[in-house]
Amino acid sequence: MRVMVREGLFTDTDPPALLGSCCGVCGSAHFPRADTCPYCAAEGPEPVELSRRGTLWAWTAVTASPPGYQGEVPYGIGVVELPEGLRVITRLTEGDPGALSPGQALELRVVPLHRDGDGNDVVTYAFAPVEAVAP
Amino acid sequence: MTGVVVSGVGLHPFGRFEGVSTTDMGVVAVRAALREAGVGKGGFQAAFCGTAYGGVATGHKVLSRLGLTGMPIVDVEAGCASGSAALMLAAAAIRAGQYDTVVVFGTEKMPKGIIRSSFFEPWQEEAGLAATPAFFGLRAQRLCQTSGVTKNHLARVVVKNRRHGVANPDAMFQKETTVDDVLSSRVVCEPLHLFMLCSPNEGAAALVLRRADLPTPAVPVTLAAAVLRSHVPGPVLSESTPLAGLADESVPAPTSLAATDAYEQAGLGPRDLDVVECQDTDAARELLSCEELGLCEPGGSAALLDSGATALGGRLPVNPSGGLLSKGEPLGASALGQVVELVRQLRGESGPRQVDGARVALSHTVGRGANAGVVVLTR
Repeated sequence: MRVMVREGLFTDTDPPALLGSCCGVCGSAHFPRADTCPYCAAEGPEPVELSRRGTLWAWTAVTASPPGYQGEVPYGIGVVELPEGLRVITRLTEGDPGALSPGQALELRVVPLHRDGDGNDVVTYAFAPVEAVAP
Repeated sequence: MTGVVVSGVGLHPFGRFEGVSTTDMGVVAVRAALREAGVGKGGFQAAFCGTAYGGVATGHKVLSRLGLTGMPIVDVEAGCASGSAALMLAAAAIRAGQYDTVVVFGTEKMPKGIIRSSFFEPWQEEAGLAATPAFFGLRAQRLCQTSGVTKNHLARVVVKNRRHGVANPDAMFQKETTVDDVLSSRVVCEPLHLFMLCSPNEGAAALVLRRADLPTPAVPVTLAAAVLRSHVPGPVLSESTPLAGLADESVPAPTSLAATDAYEQAGLGPRDLDVVECQDTDAARELLSCEELGLCEPGGSAALLDSGATALGGRLPVNPSGGLLSKGEPLGASALGQVVELVRQLRGESGPRQVDGARVALSHTVGRGANAGVVVLTR
């Protein structure tokens, strides 16, 4: 079975979406979804699906398995800026930092992490270079 | 409001010590600080102990071994800034007239390797997002983009601090390194190589604080400010380690918040400083700290390093102790270790690494939470 690394962060749909929220008082967007705005403390931000495309703001790659991680190394980690004015920490499908450039267009994917003890394929959200999309 | 002085300091060296417990190290540091201050049983009214991995009642275990319990003992956890938090509480209690003498210490034995932090949820570990060096790498890459910092600059921060550490018998690494050696060490998270990251390790540090109007045997050093601030949300790469932040560069970093408060409390500014100990968890963090503390203009940290100002013998030596890059980082002890270094610098006791004529000093720690601590000392 295919399971999300954590429910409520993204939809495992085609195309997928990150689940965020938007504050009706200060207008800021959040990820993950919040029941109180972290910026102005107003309660009840509106749940939204965030933009699937963004631009690359910072990136690196992890070369040794961090604690609790069972997937492959190296893997990419970066910050993607979304049109909502949000910068999201995310895995990148590109694990070679030299293959990426600032401001590059990226889009959301759902990617496999590892198979858990119950035989489930665990998946998570990641961003991929738009150029890499098959024609 | 009464002033506060540091009347005694003590240290257990930072490194790896098989068979020596968190309590053992704390005992060494506290005993040394009490001796310097001429304080014994019944001579202090409260104790604050910083530790992140020490476990339940770490402070009580240290003071029990010394036969010095009965007063309130408060254990404080604030990540890398645990010692800063303990110091802030102790200083505030003296200023408020609650106590006249307080012991503040930190002691720690860190696990080896990449630090497993209970800050992260299990799914973040599973998704590979609990990789602390990756956050350092992302921050370093941004600094390279905004401040003209190159890998060569990052390597030269390590070379500078390791050169300072040669003269520090309490440091883990007391051997110089070269730009080539640093850049030949393996890449952990671009642009950071292994030698650009500090080692989590073990150690302890202690201070005795007193009301300024009471006599002290050692040369008293004035604690002009001891500030702790948490983050204001927004910066995605701040030590609050959020999953997302705002595309808004105007929100100040936790370090800048703490520094602004500390300068105001002390009635001093960055131009008045003679010596600084700052958080160099990685080489880029030292440069970023220089910018966030106002030691240079925003974007000016590469030029500051190039000018030689931050090396011993320069205008404003940064990390004369060798920094965390030489000493290693025992979370609960590291902030107070910086203060011990600066007290000795202000007393003129630092031997080959002495900053001549130092009268105003600043220490800085920042870590997960976010917690940012800034301390200003004068003599």
